[in-house]
Amino acid sequence: MSTRTSRELSAPGAALASRSADDSRSVRRNRRKVRRGWTATPYLFLLPYLVLFVGFVLIPAIYGFYISLHDWDYLLPHKPWVGFRNYTDLFKSNSRDGAAFWQSMRATGLFVVFSVPFLVACPLGIALMLNRAFPGRTFFRAVFFAPYVLGVAVVGVLFRFALDPNIGLVNFYLHKIGIHRAIPWTTDTPWVWISLVAMTVWWTLGFNAVIYLAGLQDIPQEIYEAARVDGASSWDSFRYVTLPGLRPVLAFVFTVTLLASANMFGQAFLVTQGGPGTSTRTAIMYITQTSFQQYRQGAAAAMSYILAVALILLSMLNFWVLRRRSS
Amino acid sequence: MNLRIRPSRILLALGLLILTMIFIAPLLWIASTSFKTNNDATSLPLSWQPHPVSTQAYRTVLSTSSQTPVLRWFFNSLLAGVINAVLVVAVDALAAYALARLAFRGRRIVFGTVIATLFIPAVVFLVPNYLIVNKLGWLDSIWAITVPSAGGAFGVFFLRQFFGALPRELEEAAVLDGANQWQVFWRVVLPLARPGLATLTVLAFLTNWNDFLWPVYVLFTPEHLTLPAGLSTLQNAAATNYPIVMAGAVVASVPVIVLFVAAQRHVIASVAQSGIKG
Repeated sequence: MSTRTSRELSAPGAALASRSADDSRSVRRNRRKVRRGWTATPYLFLLPYLVLFVGFVLIPAIYGFYISLHDWDYLLPHKPWVGFRNYTDLFKSNSRDGAAFWQSMRATGLFVVFSVPFLVACPLGIALMLNRAFPGRTFFRAVFFAPYVLGVAVVGVLFRFALDPNIGLVNFYLHKIGIHRAIPWTTDTPWVWISLVAMTVWWTLGFNAVIYLAGLQDIPQEIYEAARVDGASSWDSFRYVTLPGLRPVLAFVFTVTLLASANMFGQAFLVTQGGPGTSTRTAIMYITQTSFQQYRQGAAAAMSYILAVALILLSMLNFWVLRRRSS
Repeated sequence: MNLRIRPSRILLALGLLILTMIFIAPLLWIASTSFKTNNDATSLPLSWQPHPVSTQAYRTVLSTSSQTPVLRWFFNSLLAGVINAVLVVAVDALAAYALARLAFRGRRIVFGTVIATLFIPAVVFLVPNYLIVNKLGWLDSIWAITVPSAGGAFGVFFLRQFFGALPRELEEAAVLDGANQWQVFWRVVLPLARPGLATLTVLAFLTNWNDFLWPVYVLFTPEHLTLPAGLSTLQNAAATNYPIVMAGAVVASVPVIVLFVAAQRHVIASVAQSGIKG
């Protein structure tokens, strides 16, 4: 890796040297001048970003691991070294975090399993609807994308209100169509899961739909025409032209959605407060509580790494499966 | 043929219309509630039309002396968003130019490391960055919500792609005319890259404006909060006043909706490309 960059770098100087070998002194001086002029500048261009990158990305990634090896409370002066105990404790069911952390991982997993199918399929339906020429198409595309530009805070307070069992818009209309039970959308299972999935679909559907739309427009129109000439029905052309053509885009959407759902925080924080009990408390919620409410940063850092490793393994598995299928 | 297609077309149009209504209805509900009195908002039967139309919630929210300093949060969010967007675009453009166009020792290692961090789940940075920000004395200040996120690799990656796609000829011509690297960057590359810079500015601002988890935990004083963090405290107040919460939601939404409408093409195009490239 580094050999190749240094070769690139020295190429002009080397050419210079071979051309006038007799006056090597002045050449060396020249070369040094050339080199200095060309080498200082790139580093100066990089410097401001690298300061931020090293300070807030590179160092934290390693510093977090160091923290995880301590019993760390940032408000206390003494932070005893505990080795890997913060990790091994997580695998003991009688430890403080053992059961609760894995329960939060389970809640995260459940949300992924419940939400990803809808978040992958619904936007595809919308994209197929929008993938034809009709007046106002860009308007509709913008409408479906619009909720995505709102923050999770706005979406959260909105749904907390609209899903209120007594004064919420949803139960009000359900009552009108004859469902007289006040459904506890924000306080009881399984309703909380439906609420969290539905609001996430409403919020982020446009994002995936726009990615699909771009993918659909990349499929050559001639293939559809050829399929129609061969007598393919519209289902056939969806099954044998659209889906294969979308494969790389589908894989991308699937992976990105999976990771986004596994990082769900705001919806549960605002709408269900992790409840009922702790049933919708996600892993990220548990980590933030451990770190910022109980001041146990060592344990929280250890959990962060476990979650991160799980996410990396999941996306690698996902990548591997999808690549094997397409080959 | 035409007769066979028509019913499906009508069905499709109808479906699209219903879906559009479902998508817009929640937004209208926010707006409608924000103009209600608390009594009106919480009494059945619910109505889309406020009775009476009241600006009470907005007057409470926008008054400077209130318990709910939404106006203050608005300016905090605006300032943080602008500082962050300017910082991100400035440092990322410089770095991306070096990585796209300049030859130097270690270029591959730097770029490889930066890109590799894109694959590290963000949760890893949460605890250590909190402690770093604490050590810098930035907790509960605007620096906590503007500076650390500017270390992210996305903008560098995005702009490097953009710079890499520009034609080299203009830069070479400028060098022949005696321009140094800074002049090439400032006078030739940046003007050509304006659409990319605009997109990154909008994306950085939107991300910062909507960020939730981080500001909730690094800001404490009510006057220092951003809109998303403030909204969550409004909702968790002992007696939730929904018109006030929804007025806050309107204040938090209008700027991003306006920005989205203005920069719609850029925002949607950048999202659309992510799938095809990735």
